[in-house]
Amino acid sequence: MFQADVEVMLKDTVADPQGITVLTSGTALGIKGLEDVRMGKLIQVKIEANNSEEAKNKIDEFSKKLLTNPVIEHYRIGQVVQL
Amino acid sequence: MNFGVVVFPGSNCDRDCFDVVRDVLKQPVDFLWHKEKPNLDQYSCLIIPGGFSYGDYLRCGAIARFSPIMEKVIKFAEKGGLVIGICNGFQILLEAGLLPGAMMRNTNLHFICKYVDLKVDSVNSPFSSQYKKGQTIRVPIAHNEGNYYIDDAGLAELKKNDQIVFRYVTNPNGARDDIAGLVNKNRNVLGMMPHPERSSEMILGSADGRPIFESLVDWMKKHG
Repeated sequence: MFQADVEVMLKDTVADPQGITVLTSGTALGIKGLEDVRMGKLIQVKIEANNSEEAKNKIDEFSKKLLTNPVIEHYRIGQVVQL
Repeated sequence: MNFGVVVFPGSNCDRDCFDVVRDVLKQPVDFLWHKEKPNLDQYSCLIIPGGFSYGDYLRCGAIARFSPIMEKVIKFAEKGGLVIGICNGFQILLEAGLLPGAMMRNTNLHFICKYVDLKVDSVNSPFSSQYKKGQTIRVPIAHNEGNYYIDDAGLAELKKNDQIVFRYVTNPNGARDDIAGLVNKNRNVLGMMPHPERSSEMILGSADGRPIFESLVDWMKKHG
């Protein structure tokens, strides 16, 4: 069994209404110097595979097909750990 | 001239669509359960209704897009069959790649439920022929993710091909170029965030959405 985190973020060219609101709120709270806030998702996946490379490939396919919408998002697969 | 209304777990506008077709348009209509793979040849138009399919988990429409029936819906659309996606139905069509672009959270982060004015920008489609170009209509919206996004090249393409059918008069959600509804390049698939099925009878406050369904019936009469 392998495990990895898939980090999904909106593309830099896409405005992030949640991030902008959190940024504004943080500034209003008096947090100085806030420049930008972007919000995304962290999806933790456990998967059966023969080795970590196969696990990563399967997670990559899963990410492409379902976890992300390539029109607005990109993703990064974190370290694949054997459990 | 059969209509089919696709039902997903979490759809909640399916009955409204069904009733408009059956009771207002007086046309035959069936419910189509998402888990089935029915023969769609007998249908002229499929309606993908609004709601919260699969709880809007992951992204709106992302899970419904992989329901068994969607494979058939995609083939139906590719063969030129008429498909209309309303609200969550629009989001599903975007996720399925039947329409270009993607849906983002409303810029004000609110679920917006109210009547809005729309401008009819194109009457050159099976969905809008019964309107006048430039006409303003009043139709309700009810969504959290109606902030339509498309990149610059995609937007230029939509404009060039006259694919933008409805625009918000006052943009409620941040949608690019005020887009409320658009068709694909082949003009047989429409996606729109506003709800014409909730505005097809005056008893509900507006009948401005009814010409969409009447346009469909008119188109089917002319094209079989």
